[in-house]
Amino acid sequence: MPRVLLSILLGMTLATSGAVFQLIFSNPLVEPGFLGVTQGAAFGAVAAILLFGGSLPAIQLSAALCGILGLGLAYLLARKIRFGGWILRLILSGLAVSALFTAGIGIFKYAADPLTQLPEITFWLLGGLSHISWGELLWVFPIACSGLALLLLFRWRVNLLTLSDETAFALGTSPQRVRLVLIVASTLSVAAVISVSGIVLWLGLIVPHLARRIFGADARYSLPGSLLIGGGFGLVCDTLARMLLPGEIPLGILSSLLGAILFSIILTRKGFRQ
Amino acid sequence: MSDPAAVAFSEVFFTHGGHAPQIRNCSFQVPEGSITAILGPNGAGKTTLLHLILGWLQPAAGRISLFGTALRDFTARQRGTTQSLLPQKEPTGFEYTVLEYVLLGRAPHLKPLAAPGERDIRIATNALSQTTILPLEYQSISRLSGGETQLLLLARSLAQEPKLLLLDEPMNHLDLKHRRGILELLLGWRTAGKTAVLTTHDPEIAALLADHLILIFPGGRMTGGAFTDLFTPEYLSELYGLPIRTFHRDGRFFIDY
Repeated sequence: MPRVLLSILLGMTLATSGAVFQLIFSNPLVEPGFLGVTQGAAFGAVAAILLFGGSLPAIQLSAALCGILGLGLAYLLARKIRFGGWILRLILSGLAVSALFTAGIGIFKYAADPLTQLPEITFWLLGGLSHISWGELLWVFPIACSGLALLLLFRWRVNLLTLSDETAFALGTSPQRVRLVLIVASTLSVAAVISVSGIVLWLGLIVPHLARRIFGADARYSLPGSLLIGGGFGLVCDTLARMLLPGEIPLGILSSLLGAILFSIILTRKGFRQ
Repeated sequence: MSDPAAVAFSEVFFTHGGHAPQIRNCSFQVPEGSITAILGPNGAGKTTLLHLILGWLQPAAGRISLFGTALRDFTARQRGTTQSLLPQKEPTGFEYTVLEYVLLGRAPHLKPLAAPGERDIRIATNALSQTTILPLEYQSISRLSGGETQLLLLARSLAQEPKLLLLDEPMNHLDLKHRRGILELLLGWRTAGKTAVLTTHDPEIAALLADHLILIFPGGRMTGGAFTDLFTPEYLSELYGLPIRTFHRDGRFFIDY
């Protein structure tokens, strides 16, 4: 039961944050982890496996903290970059921070005990919900839900951030401040869910595209749409991961597989619109 | 002076991050109910001046006020209901419908968490019919032509119901028919007693609709005043650095260069 609930929550969070990120950065190729969150969380989990012997709470706490650390680093670096607009700087610093953490993961993998620690690291990096209990759900749920609620409350105003900053300012908002609040809210939710699920890619990129095709571009409808589709997608993926083979397929593999196939179908269909 | 000016600059200086001041000791007034053109060569700082009026850029020194109130005392919402901006270029990454896009202009009139309601839709539809693009209401904005996109941005500005319209090069890259459409809208805007400030590098566009001018000379000096006082061969020749003659025929001004 907690597993079912968490798979829905995971899908909802990744999809909704992905939709918000794509709108905020006016870029339909952005996904919620690109500001260093995903790689940061992965680094945290791997470090915990190696240094604290891999007790679950330690892994999860370390993943959540390092995910938020990743966002913080990317943000600070973006403030220091001396050229380009704010959005370009955020994207560049997100890339740099992600690469940094990926390198760190590589070092840990190299140093890990190939018989005991390495399989555990690999398994975490592939993502999965097999070990979920009520305890995890209990602390992930409030964080993710309050983040999502904030995003949904602001759903019409999010549209304003797709405009240029001067225009959004002329419409009586403070674009930088609103953007920061939304980024922090969605990143915190994402960090919370992936700290227990491991790395699940593609979901946050593909579902917003689906939602915009079905519900239109206006975030008033496409955000709740992403939430619903994302929840369903998360549930289906996790159920398949459990049922398809006698053993368990890691969730990350399945979501990438389904996501990539769906994505290709949508992109090649006639009349594709963003 | 009885009524406070729509825009008043008093000894304003502005610097772009550490360089020599781009705007120095700038004072002028834009009377309410006028169409004022900010005229100058490319790169003189016309958009900078417009962004100072908007409050997006802040002056290093001096005082800017709108309708008698200092700009820095405006709340974000007051700012948004007082003036609107028609930007020079607006990226449109997502496939909004024309109506959805124009509804964004209602933002400063709505509570932070509210979405536009029936009244807002009525105002937006009205703005669309004023700009003649109501038939495109449900079309995606990415399929509009350049001229239609400009009318779309203007419709969003009108839906904002400001007292002061700021327009950055509104006639750029438009064919004659769309220019004519925007010209008539702005003249109607003035007839309704409202104020517009636009930038243009083209004296002929200023001559078509402005009754007041702000000239930005290379080097940052500025002069503001009535159109007929400033639209002279002497001023224009200095402004563009080449000899310019002006003609007056059928109540309109023309230039030759």
